[in-house]
Amino acid sequence: MPFEWCVIWYAFSLPIIAYGAWKVKKKIDEDPSSKTLIAVAGAFIFVLSALKIPSVTGSCSHPTGTGIAVVLFGPVVTAFLSAIVLLYQALLLAHGGITTLGANTASMGVIGPFFGWIAYKLVKNRTSLVTSTFIATVIADWVTYVVTSFQLAAAFPSGAGISGVIKSAIVFGEIFAVTQIPLAIIEGIVAALLIRYLVQAKPEIVGVGVSA
Amino acid sequence: MRLMPMIFLCLLGIVGILLFTTVVMAEEWAGADEKAEEAITKIDPNYEPWFSPIWEPPSGEIESLLFSLQAAIGALIIGYVLGYYKAKRS
Repeated sequence: MPFEWCVIWYAFSLPIIAYGAWKVKKKIDEDPSSKTLIAVAGAFIFVLSALKIPSVTGSCSHPTGTGIAVVLFGPVVTAFLSAIVLLYQALLLAHGGITTLGANTASMGVIGPFFGWIAYKLVKNRTSLVTSTFIATVIADWVTYVVTSFQLAAAFPSGAGISGVIKSAIVFGEIFAVTQIPLAIIEGIVAALLIRYLVQAKPEIVGVGVSA
Repeated sequence: MRLMPMIFLCLLGIVGILLFTTVVMAEEWAGADEKAEEAITKIDPNYEPWFSPIWEPPSGEIESLLFSLQAAIGALIIGYVLGYYKAKRS
């Protein structure tokens, strides 16, 4: 990723991560019992983003796992939790790397979850928590990869101007966004199962978390 | 339907779908990230990553170890908290 874009995405993500960290701290100060729930939301991102899953297009990719965090705590907290996971992957696995960390956080931690959160807000009064979690998770996951395609296209346009960017976006979109559709659905199912089990084990979470 | 059997059925279904796709569509199963790298080289042949990772896993095996470690840490936390909630309620 070229240097300018690296700087731009860092500048975009860092304030949101910082705000998320502050929000997490505030939440725990107000209600210490929410700590365990935040840990679960973060752990879910940890687990799912470690799994590389084969998809119908013949390539492997990984889910993002941000759905649970979005539904329980909203997009800002999700940005902070994703940043932790992405840092682990960037440092230990050279997966993503330090230069793209800002861009990855922007797509997986901020923009994807934000759309998932909007979707959740739209459907939550019309359907059950389990169904709306499924929808929010699928959207958050899929939008993440659409954004990634556009980020790469903006950094590597095939030709001049906006048309070059769009041409590249289609190339990257075919790789990422198509591969991601089945994965997003699988992730949605897993997230829906977890939230269902969480509510069963601790019905109060509906009051604690849902939704910042 | 009780919850636990349902969860097992769903997970079994997911594993089944994955196995089915890998068997039926036997392709190379490269990572989408590598495919994107190829696409970048096609668009701009002069591009070279200008910053190499500080530390790279010495081999594929070690990389998968770190990935499974990541998943294990997460799963441990989820399992612990779920058990904690459950025990507290009963």
